[in-house]
Amino acid sequence: MDATERPVADLPAQRDGQEVIHLDRVEKVFEVRRRAGLLRREKREVRAVDGLSFSVGRGEVVGFVGPNGAGKSTTIKMLTGILTPSAGTLRVAGVEPARDRARLARRIGVVFGQRTTLWWDLPLLDSYQLIHRMYRVPDARYRENLDRCVELLGLGDLLDVPVRQLSLGQRMRGDIAAALLHDPEVLYLDEPTIGLDVVSKANVRHFLADLNAERGTTVLLTTHDLTDIEQLCRRVMVIDHGRLMYDGEVAGLHRIAEVERTLVVDLATEMAPIALESARTVKVEGPRQWLAFPAGQPAAPIVAEIAAGWPLVDLSLREPDIEDVISLMYAGRSAG
Amino acid sequence: MADPAAPPRPAPDPVDARFGSPLTEGLRTYRLVVAMWVRSTLTYRASFAMALCVAVVANGLDFVAILLMFSHVDRLGGFTLGEVAFLYGTSATAFGLAHLTVGSMDRLGRRIRDGSLDTLLVRPVPVLAQLAADRFALRRLGRITQGALVLAYALTVLEIDWTATRLLMVPMMLVSGAALFGALFVAGAVFQFYAQDAAEVQNAFTYGGTTLLQYPPTVFTRELVASVTFVLPLAFVNWVPASYVLDRPLPLGLPVQAAFAPPLVAAVCCVAAGLLWRVGLRAYRSTGS
Amino acid sequence: MAHGPGRAALYAAVAAKGFRRYATYRAATLAGIFTNTVFGVILAQTYLALWAERPGLGGYDQAQALTFVWIGQSLHMAVAAMGGGSEEELMERIRSGDIAVDLYRPVDLQLWWLAQDAGRACFQLFARGALPLAFGALVFDLALPASPGTWIAFLTAVALGLLVSFGIRYLVALSAFWLLDGAGVGQLAWLVGMFFSGMMLPLNVFPGLLGEVARVLPWSSILQLPADVLLGVHTGTGLLGVYAFQLAWAAALLAAGRALQSLATRRVVVQGG
Repeated sequence: MDATERPVADLPAQRDGQEVIHLDRVEKVFEVRRRAGLLRREKREVRAVDGLSFSVGRGEVVGFVGPNGAGKSTTIKMLTGILTPSAGTLRVAGVEPARDRARLARRIGVVFGQRTTLWWDLPLLDSYQLIHRMYRVPDARYRENLDRCVELLGLGDLLDVPVRQLSLGQRMRGDIAAALLHDPEVLYLDEPTIGLDVVSKANVRHFLADLNAERGTTVLLTTHDLTDIEQLCRRVMVIDHGRLMYDGEVAGLHRIAEVERTLVVDLATEMAPIALESARTVKVEGPRQWLAFPAGQPAAPIVAEIAAGWPLVDLSLREPDIEDVISLMYAGRSAG
Repeated sequence: MADPAAPPRPAPDPVDARFGSPLTEGLRTYRLVVAMWVRSTLTYRASFAMALCVAVVANGLDFVAILLMFSHVDRLGGFTLGEVAFLYGTSATAFGLAHLTVGSMDRLGRRIRDGSLDTLLVRPVPVLAQLAADRFALRRLGRITQGALVLAYALTVLEIDWTATRLLMVPMMLVSGAALFGALFVAGAVFQFYAQDAAEVQNAFTYGGTTLLQYPPTVFTRELVASVTFVLPLAFVNWVPASYVLDRPLPLGLPVQAAFAPPLVAAVCCVAAGLLWRVGLRAYRSTGS
Repeated sequence: MAHGPGRAALYAAVAAKGFRRYATYRAATLAGIFTNTVFGVILAQTYLALWAERPGLGGYDQAQALTFVWIGQSLHMAVAAMGGGSEEELMERIRSGDIAVDLYRPVDLQLWWLAQDAGRACFQLFARGALPLAFGALVFDLALPASPGTWIAFLTAVALGLLVSFGIRYLVALSAFWLLDGAGVGQLAWLVGMFFSGMMLPLNVFPGLLGEVARVLPWSSILQLPADVLLGVHTGTGLLGVYAFQLAWAAALLAAGRALQSLATRRVVVQGG
């Protein structure tokens, strides 16, 4: 199947009906054993995923978010064929992951943010050559994909470097390339920008946006970084306690929860809380103060205002976290 | 003309058409990964050569211990030095072959703990092949070399009435023995699916097994010999077939035909280990821990 | 660098932490006990055959030879004969570069690791070592002393042996600063240590010159000498001689470790970590 012939524009599943990922009342129950006393052990059932149903269409980029322990990674593990579901049905790229792990693996690419799929002690290029053979990628196709990844992810100088010597950002780019050499229909990204610096984050996001636009690769992304979601996804799913709490446009998520960014300012001396129209001071600790303001609002005017009226020494900006969004979402829901 | 009522035959998917059976893919991947590690090891030729020499000498120290025993006695359990060297050589070489080819599998518990087993599960080839080939350590040739040297020494000092059968018996012992130890390594890895922290238990059987087989069966209690014959059939690595080569009665009064059983025993053990592996992997995929 | 009771308390806490950490690995402890017991059974039956052939070999009677086997298996893990000591973690830190962080801590690197290893060894000795010895005593006729004084003398020799063992392992770990293939060095160190400590065969069975050399090498402090103390071979001034021998090797090895450490530290500083 040639992905390059797909139109560049977005193709929501609901429109052309081509579902790439489909889950129907999927459950995953773990049995947790706990030591209770010297010899006695207690058994307890943990429902990590509790009747999850959704589908993702070809070419969609979907953000999959939720607090730690919400069932995100268990779901990803079922979608990639690592774990078998306890109940319900699952289909990815026309394959049942639990039953046909190898066939599924030929059609998907997986990037685990915190662990590499590359061979740790060997040069990056060795890993790629091995993937070439292991996935039986036709030579021409492999060359084309590798050249493209090397160029767009800036891997040229890194191909001869052993993976363990790469920085986190370099390794992440190397991992993303590795996941794409075999033209996967679906790409799973688990925290692809975790621990990266601002420039690396931007590079990774640009690359993914281009990939989706040009090749129509379906992308499912878990992240804690709201900017990842804002810049890459049109659709977002929020999961908690193994259930889907929200599934819709990213913009809708903003409507539900008014998210704030935080400006951390260091003043020359300890002072009374800064009073501004556009931001509210949420915390004061010695000469350091925290000011919150709506995420949609630019930071520059606020900074200018503070610089004009207060002895500003240093400042930094804290982006909102997915967790903030979700907790606000729950707060709003229980209030309404 | 196709019958329009017949269900449409599913077109062979161009992606799947490129791949062979899991066995072919597994062996091919094993070869590819091993070749990659070998290439990387040989980048530092001098350092590898030194490591290999050191391994040959260092592994030889436990044979030196046997030599020291024989500096005080002429026979151990009724066996001469040459005969014990034959047992040592066959045991160490067979173990070395298994250690080289699938010895890395004892890292499974660690891979489960750090989550890196999952990265093997998202690749389109059997996990067993990937795991066995991972970190293929060519320096383990040291054990094989050292075992083979002791075996060569045994064959020169022993006065065996060589028949074609006895001659063929030696390579057969090495191959079957390696397969038996290999099955044991796989079974040990399966155990780690259930008890990741108890990886050391398998050392009792693998390293313990090869140590046991370096000494004559007559040294050990009948119960011990019986349990490594009928329960965990390690005796078929060398004790049973070696008795035939050395023209000695078989342990436990086994009939002489048993000396020809190693290939069969090894095959059964490999199949059993393979089945255990499937069960273990399935359990892992359903519990994820 | 500050010294005094505050420092001592710090290292005691490090040792206690090392002890507790290994105490949490229950499955690994049970697995280790099992493995040591299996090896003990194999070796014991081999020694039975050897001593049946040559009674009184190396000055041991059969019961003493068997006791030697089970002491060896009991000390096996405490002295990290086949790895599993704190030095593996240290090697890993050197290889990953995390060691640079340790060097900036206001503690002494060698003492820190010694304290940690002492905690670990204490756990391995009593939790893991006691059971194989008890099993051996149940199944075989061992020559275990009745006098508590001999046991105390034995434990003192074991403690000094652990110090020597740490001294060797620390040097091995530091080699990772210069050598890429740390696994190879570690393996060589194990096998040589297994041989010259007497784990494979008591050193008093080693013939001629080899025996004389083996008995003055540092590894003899690890198993052979403590075992001989328990078997009542060394008493009175002989016992003091054993302790002096062990202390001399411990001091020499720890001093060598310190010298190597300062060389390595300079190297890290030059490379900028």
